[in-house]
Amino acid sequence: MPSRNSKSVYFFYIRFSSMGKIFHDFGVYLILLGRMFSKPEKPRMYWKETFRQMHDIGIGSLTVIAIVATFIGAVTAVQFSYQLRGIGLVPMWWVGAIVRKSLILEMAPTLTALLLAGKVGSNIASELGSMRTSEQIDAYEIMGVNTSSYLIAPKIIASIVVIPMLVIISVFLGIIGGWAAGVLGHFYSTAEYVRGVQDYMKNWDLVVMLIKALLFSFAISSVSCFKGYTVKGGALEIGKASTQAVVLSSIVVIIINFFVAFLLLD
Amino acid sequence: MIEVIDIHKQFGEQKVLKGISSVFEDGKCNLVIGKSGSGKTVLIKTMVGLVEPDSGDVKYDGRSFTQMNKKDRTILRREIGMLFQGSALFDSMTVEENIRFPLDMFTDMTEAEKLEQVNFCLARVNMPNTNKKFPDELSGGMKKRVGIARAIVQNPKYLFCDEPNSGLDPKTSIVIDELIKEITIEYNMTTLINTHDMNSVMGIGDNVLFLHDGLKYWEGDSKEIMNITDGELFDFIFASDFLKNLRKNARV
Repeated sequence: MPSRNSKSVYFFYIRFSSMGKIFHDFGVYLILLGRMFSKPEKPRMYWKETFRQMHDIGIGSLTVIAIVATFIGAVTAVQFSYQLRGIGLVPMWWVGAIVRKSLILEMAPTLTALLLAGKVGSNIASELGSMRTSEQIDAYEIMGVNTSSYLIAPKIIASIVVIPMLVIISVFLGIIGGWAAGVLGHFYSTAEYVRGVQDYMKNWDLVVMLIKALLFSFAISSVSCFKGYTVKGGALEIGKASTQAVVLSSIVVIIINFFVAFLLLD
Repeated sequence: MIEVIDIHKQFGEQKVLKGISSVFEDGKCNLVIGKSGSGKTVLIKTMVGLVEPDSGDVKYDGRSFTQMNKKDRTILRREIGMLFQGSALFDSMTVEENIRFPLDMFTDMTEAEKLEQVNFCLARVNMPNTNKKFPDELSGGMKKRVGIARAIVQNPKYLFCDEPNSGLDPKTSIVIDELIKEITIEYNMTTLINTHDMNSVMGIGDNVLFLHDGLKYWEGDSKEIMNITDGELFDFIFASDFLKNLRKNARV
């Protein structure tokens, strides 16, 4: 049985080696992002790749985002209608305002980002990972292509452009979902809901939503690119990298979400 | 001509290359052979800059690759073509897009000129009219041929092939070997092939380098290799009883 002293040495070894790995990985991540900023060999080729990625991320995710956003709006409306009905003192048109506010500030950007961390994040990590293990990235390198720029920059730019658009679409669909659920359930009339959606609208809320969407899209795409690009090994490691990309980018999204809310909403 | 001068490479505690030196001449098929783990792939990756050597130098027609800055390396790499073990064709692109990618990225050729060059290369590797196929629609041998077409599309001066026959049947292996040999002579390239295949050694080995345990154990041509009587090279070449008996009968 190990002595108390050797146990504590082992504890510190494990703690510091895992801490060291975190710092090492963060350093590699920053270096990779740094290498991304170089003059493109042929800008036209980079744009072509960026538009391909925009199509994959945007059109490829639209259906799932639409379904989830509509039902999130609907369930928010039903939940609040149920609560406010119970209280009885609050006018039902407030539901429209609550649905709009919660969608803009929290539901649409955060849930969209978490969904995309799963869909787009794993897709990016496994695509780059399989390119790495099948020597396709080496083939680009041999040709003289700056792979960290050509393979990563278009994915990050495409995410930054497309994900905020998906967030805006999900706000609209969520509001429509809330209206449909409330009217079908006879909680409120269309006129009441529309009044709620329009009242007390703050432009700052939209700014916060867009800031969140931009930060989330950068986090999801860059973390997933890092995990995929640095894969070593075979199929098993690609699977691990893909899972790690989803988990890590989801955690980063949640942390960013807190700090944005903490710093920008007083 | 490529000159490799006293290359050392170590991964952690493991010394993979322990001072390899050799000269690979133009218009010749230079073969690097050796057991698995002898350092063949690391040598080839070191020569093209995918792995940085700990010490030593690689000179391409007198130009020191290890001392070049990033920009000069990028320019030199456009003179290099490489065929990878698994072909490394880009999955999301058609055969035509795979071959024309270096032209799109690095040249100012017109669309018509690019298409002409792609079709010329495809015809050269006996793969005409496959432009619109995707890599997953091709057999192993066809993928290798497309890989060769992509490697030669910019008329490289140096061609590297990492195990070009792995996973291929003997007949297709011979076709690929002959194709590499023909292209080497036609383009007067310096070709370096990393292989386990003794058919390739006997068929196209103008210069053969045998690596053992990270060291250059033997160097010569394919005729000399048949006169080897003992040591690691003998064990490697005549690993099977079939080949040993064949050699014995030939001598008798």
